[in-house]
Amino acid sequence: MIVDSYRFLPRSFRPLYESPMRLPGEDEPVWTPVATRLAGTRVALLTSAGLFTGGEQPSFDLDRERREPAWGDPSWRRLAHDLAPGRLAMAHLHVNPADILADRNVALPVDVLDELAGEGMIVGATREHVSVMGYQERGLAGWRETTAPAIAGLLREQGAGGVVLAPV
Amino acid sequence: MLARWIEAAGIPTVVVTMMPDVADALLTPRVVGVEFPFGHPFGMPGDRAMQRRVLAAALTVLGGAARPGTRVDVDLEWPVPLREAYRAWQPAEPSPIVALMLERMRRGRAEEG
Repeated sequence: MIVDSYRFLPRSFRPLYESPMRLPGEDEPVWTPVATRLAGTRVALLTSAGLFTGGEQPSFDLDRERREPAWGDPSWRRLAHDLAPGRLAMAHLHVNPADILADRNVALPVDVLDELAGEGMIVGATREHVSVMGYQERGLAGWRETTAPAIAGLLREQGAGGVVLAPV
Repeated sequence: MLARWIEAAGIPTVVVTMMPDVADALLTPRVVGVEFPFGHPFGMPGDRAMQRRVLAAALTVLGGAARPGTRVDVDLEWPVPLREAYRAWQPAEPSPIVALMLERMRRGRAEEG
């Protein structure tokens, strides 16, 4: 079975996605093999849903995006694995947030990860996961130069043997 | 792209995506495709069985992919009629960039007319 990547996309947007341009220097595969068996791996999650800890972390800057529609906030947030569901807030102008706010596992499956760890599929989750806001300026300079190295540093610090990224 | 940069930094990645064709074209190391509306990479709210299938598939690909460019599509149908699902994932108001594009299209049509 092959997924139809455009099934839920407005037809007029399809040409924007059908022939994506690779950034300069991104024409070769990259690969890091998993170092241990999956059952011995600690896994982190990364969401692009613009999630943040309400009352504790700043929101992603939607006001600036409204003023500059070609810009998206390139910053990132650390989310505690054991964060109470009601503390999770979302800042994203491109999708309906209702289902993610009703059930965080729609975009950040921390509870599902715990279940699978309990069954031995992985050794466990990292203490913290990562959130970014998925709409970004065309060249992704902020992500490439600042966000990605910082996230990689956090993941190493957390002992992540792998990360599941889930753009929304 | 974040996946590529994190992978290049030495941490294996797998991407769960509603647009696996795009992920493939961008040389994403490991891809799990889901035919779900945007905003729902792991499935329906409250549907733990669906969420488990997707995450388990992602972890299996993470641990078992033998080479870059591995892609597995999850054979799960979205349980909401297409017309309803197509509307439901979209934000209440168009995003700023979409609003700008729609305005430009409207102006273009007005000038042609």
